[in-house]
Amino acid sequence: MITRLTHINIYVLDQDSALDFYTNKLGLKVIIDVPMSKDARWLTVGTTEQPGFEINLTLIHESLLHSRETAKTLRELVKKGTFGVGIFTCTDILATYEELKAKGVEFIKTPTKEFYGTEALFKDDSGNWFSLAQLN
Amino acid sequence: MATEQYPKVYLYKRIVRAKLFIDGHWSEKIDLDNISDEAYFSKFHFIRLFKKIYGKTPHQYLIFVRIEQAMRLLSSGLPVVAVCYAVGFEELSSFSRLFKRMIGTNPSVYFQKQQDIKRQITDSPLALIPHCFAYQYGWLEK
Repeated sequence: MITRLTHINIYVLDQDSALDFYTNKLGLKVIIDVPMSKDARWLTVGTTEQPGFEINLTLIHESLLHSRETAKTLRELVKKGTFGVGIFTCTDILATYEELKAKGVEFIKTPTKEFYGTEALFKDDSGNWFSLAQLN
Repeated sequence: MATEQYPKVYLYKRIVRAKLFIDGHWSEKIDLDNISDEAYFSKFHFIRLFKKIYGKTPHQYLIFVRIEQAMRLLSSGLPVVAVCYAVGFEELSSFSRLFKRMIGTNPSVYFQKQQDIKRQITDSPLALIPHCFAYQYGWLEK
């Protein structure tokens, strides 16, 4: 029986820039930052409200997982905004929306009432998009 | 002027501005009057709206931010006494008491734990990474 999800991967174009976006703009905390090679590191962030769940900000690079060609294609797809990664929830969407906007986060949909709550869409610094939702 | 006369978005923008003021000035000697001035509110309406939105009074939020920043500075290797003053506390005893109440451990214990993690990052980084990922990235071969 599966009980919990503890890690997810988000593919990013630049880990320094992603670190700045996810911590200084979104307000997440660094959980671990381990340099592993001259280019890549194991870098995870999370929220204080949800301990045990880590978002791995994965640099797209050539590895056993991705050939050079795959890495190039993946970079292009991320940049184009192909991937919707997940839903962040908040207790007050108008305040969170105004705060993120003031910090320069790019929204592709302003807060809109849906049957399940109020939802906006924003993009990270690489091009991945997320829902920001205040659920009913 | 009664706050009800303002459109909701305008109120939100002002409360958010005050929150961002705390986020940017946590190390300084700021009090509630500074913060409510930043939002152009009477103190009473400001506290009520801030707590409604963030679940904490502005003072509680300021303490929260200072303790969060203290964790960051302790992780970076700054000693406990220096961190206490750097995040705007004037007495080590009140800093330590609040830190323990919020984080569950003394600042000195937290500091030591973070230094141990840093040592582990240098000495045996793979012990901190799920090996399924390390394998896929080719890090196990090095």
